[in-house]
Amino acid sequence: MAKVDEPAPPPAIPDEDLTEEAALQAELAVSPELVAGSVGEYLRASLARVKAGQTGVLPVVAGLILVSILFQSLNSHFLTAGNLVNLLVQAAVFSLLAMGEVYALVLGEIDLSIGFVAGIGGVVMAELAKPSTGWPWWASIAVALAVCAAIGMLQGSIITRIGLPSFVVTLAGLLFWQGVMLRILGAGGSVPINNTVINDIASGNLTPMAGWLVMLVVVGLFGLATWRRDSKRRRAGLVAPPPNLTLLKIGAVLAGGVAIVALCNTDRGVIVPISGVPWVVLVVFGVLAVWAFVLGRTRLGRYMHSIGGNAEAARRAGINLAWIRTVALTLTSFTAGIAGVVYASRLRSISTALDGGTLVLYAVAAAVIGGTSLFGGRGKALHGVLGGIVIAAIDNGMGLLGFSAASKFMVTAIVLLAAVTIDALARRGRTPGT
Amino acid sequence: MAAVDEPLLRLRGVSKTFGPVQALTGVDLDVPAGQVTALVGDNGAGKSVLIKCIAGIHTPDSGVISWAGRPVHIRTPRDAAALGIETVYQDLALCDNLDIVQNMFLGRERVRRLLLDEEQMETAARETLSSLAVTTVRSIRQPVASLSGGQRQSVAIAKAVLWNSKLVIMDEPTAALGVAQTAMVLALVRRLADRGHAALIVSHNMNDVFEVADRIAVLYLGHMVDVRPVAELDRQIAVDLMTTGTSTRVSPSRERPGGEG
Repeated sequence: MAKVDEPAPPPAIPDEDLTEEAALQAELAVSPELVAGSVGEYLRASLARVKAGQTGVLPVVAGLILVSILFQSLNSHFLTAGNLVNLLVQAAVFSLLAMGEVYALVLGEIDLSIGFVAGIGGVVMAELAKPSTGWPWWASIAVALAVCAAIGMLQGSIITRIGLPSFVVTLAGLLFWQGVMLRILGAGGSVPINNTVINDIASGNLTPMAGWLVMLVVVGLFGLATWRRDSKRRRAGLVAPPPNLTLLKIGAVLAGGVAIVALCNTDRGVIVPISGVPWVVLVVFGVLAVWAFVLGRTRLGRYMHSIGGNAEAARRAGINLAWIRTVALTLTSFTAGIAGVVYASRLRSISTALDGGTLVLYAVAAAVIGGTSLFGGRGKALHGVLGGIVIAAIDNGMGLLGFSAASKFMVTAIVLLAAVTIDALARRGRTPGT
Repeated sequence: MAAVDEPLLRLRGVSKTFGPVQALTGVDLDVPAGQVTALVGDNGAGKSVLIKCIAGIHTPDSGVISWAGRPVHIRTPRDAAALGIETVYQDLALCDNLDIVQNMFLGRERVRRLLLDEEQMETAARETLSSLAVTTVRSIRQPVASLSGGQRQSVAIAKAVLWNSKLVIMDEPTAALGVAQTAMVLALVRRLADRGHAALIVSHNMNDVFEVADRIAVLYLGHMVDVRPVAELDRQIAVDLMTTGTSTRVSPSRERPGGEG
């Protein structure tokens, strides 16, 4: 059918009168790594994009460097191995929650309940693992995560089946799950965790040798997959980055891995020597890897982006909007459950002091600071991790300087405003006149 | 291809009401393969409702839709796509945040071992675009947001071709386009029919209709008042039919074929 008595090659359509402005926009829209012939060209193309407001993760990385320089100049303890590893551990809960929130934001929705859903996850795990119940650690965590996923599925179903705004349904969720958490914790208000495996999630470390091995295996797999994919594309004559650039990318990831492991393997103990990569860092990178994969390389992730970009187009393409939305909100709550487990593990207990309201606001702020759009259609798991680290850095640095919680809130708010402003301005720059 | 005496798509007595509003009343229409059929009518004549009935967005209340001589029920856009019916909407059902390849395969991505097969999709998209001589885009990996109106329309049409659609429905394909872009899209529509696809276009623009269409169908207040080869109509008759449902003129004057508008 396609090749029905095809006539001689069709005459070329007359070129449109592309204005210079439109041509420039088209130029900038293409990711530089796809069109650059060399590393030099790549850098020039990247610079042009940044100038035009297409900044990617650059603002958050620049912000992180700025914050580090500022705090280091005010307190020389900020950039020590001990504090930086501590910062990574502090950032874990924010980063995990933010990665969950990214799913909701990509759809153009929001989930306000994840702070207390994380609390429910922590409470369920603690209740099951406490000696009087006596479940093994893995079963306690599995049930806690399943409960959180079920909460997400319930809220997602209410949002999609009845057609209510996610803002309202998850706001109700915020109140309801807080109530449930307080009810379970009761008058005592606290459940201690004595299981060593669970506590080691946040406070245990890999041995230095194991840290190196894990890092090399992970970077090796990443490098191999990246190299094979890019060379396959080059062979097939598709748009692909030049070999130098692929190598550069793999080299950068290797350098990052070496830096993190070297940092964590430095002795940071005060009384007894402590070193090694914290387990929780591995948890965050593991979730990052899987979620980046889901959002970037699978049909499910593609559909989420399309719904956030143009829900009507997605519907006309035959995508089941209600189902994809429900799945995304389920993944949001599931990720919140992981954050709750890490939170409880870090405090070695779960109590009524858990402030899910602040946690969720930090999660949304972290995702947006990292580069995820509040307007839907754009978001990566990496944004959540980077944004979480920024929030933790502000918290940690201001803590070192002896500022109160009040000042921390105000500074975090200003950083958030700056991030949203950059997002809005970049958006305006991206779509001229449409 | 369809049997010689059966058009690819045949509607008989299709009616649709929305509450008290009778949008379509007993509409008959044949859409043959290899030809461009234009559907014209005033605002509110029911053009959009009719194409949505074919595209599976609305379900007709009564009437028969036959596809290649066989009665079919089209309940969802997926049903329509399964038959080989693709619709290119006026408001361009493209996702601005996705690139050209991602948009062309949206909803029907090729997957290998759970992963999106980007290489295969990109190759297929590139071949389709070049076979249609859509050559003005810089990279098929650029987001649709950065394309001009004509380029976007071309991508939307190429998407239909990529899926080997037998019938491509286009709702106002040239609305909001400049002169050069309109020419580009009309050339694409013509090429589509020459390749053996059936094309059904809805348009307000009589210049476009008379330039590209082989047959013209006129809707008036939900009734199909006339379906004729373009040679048996001129602009004046078409406008009469669209605005009043009848025309006192019977055939175009031989002296000025095509009319002057």
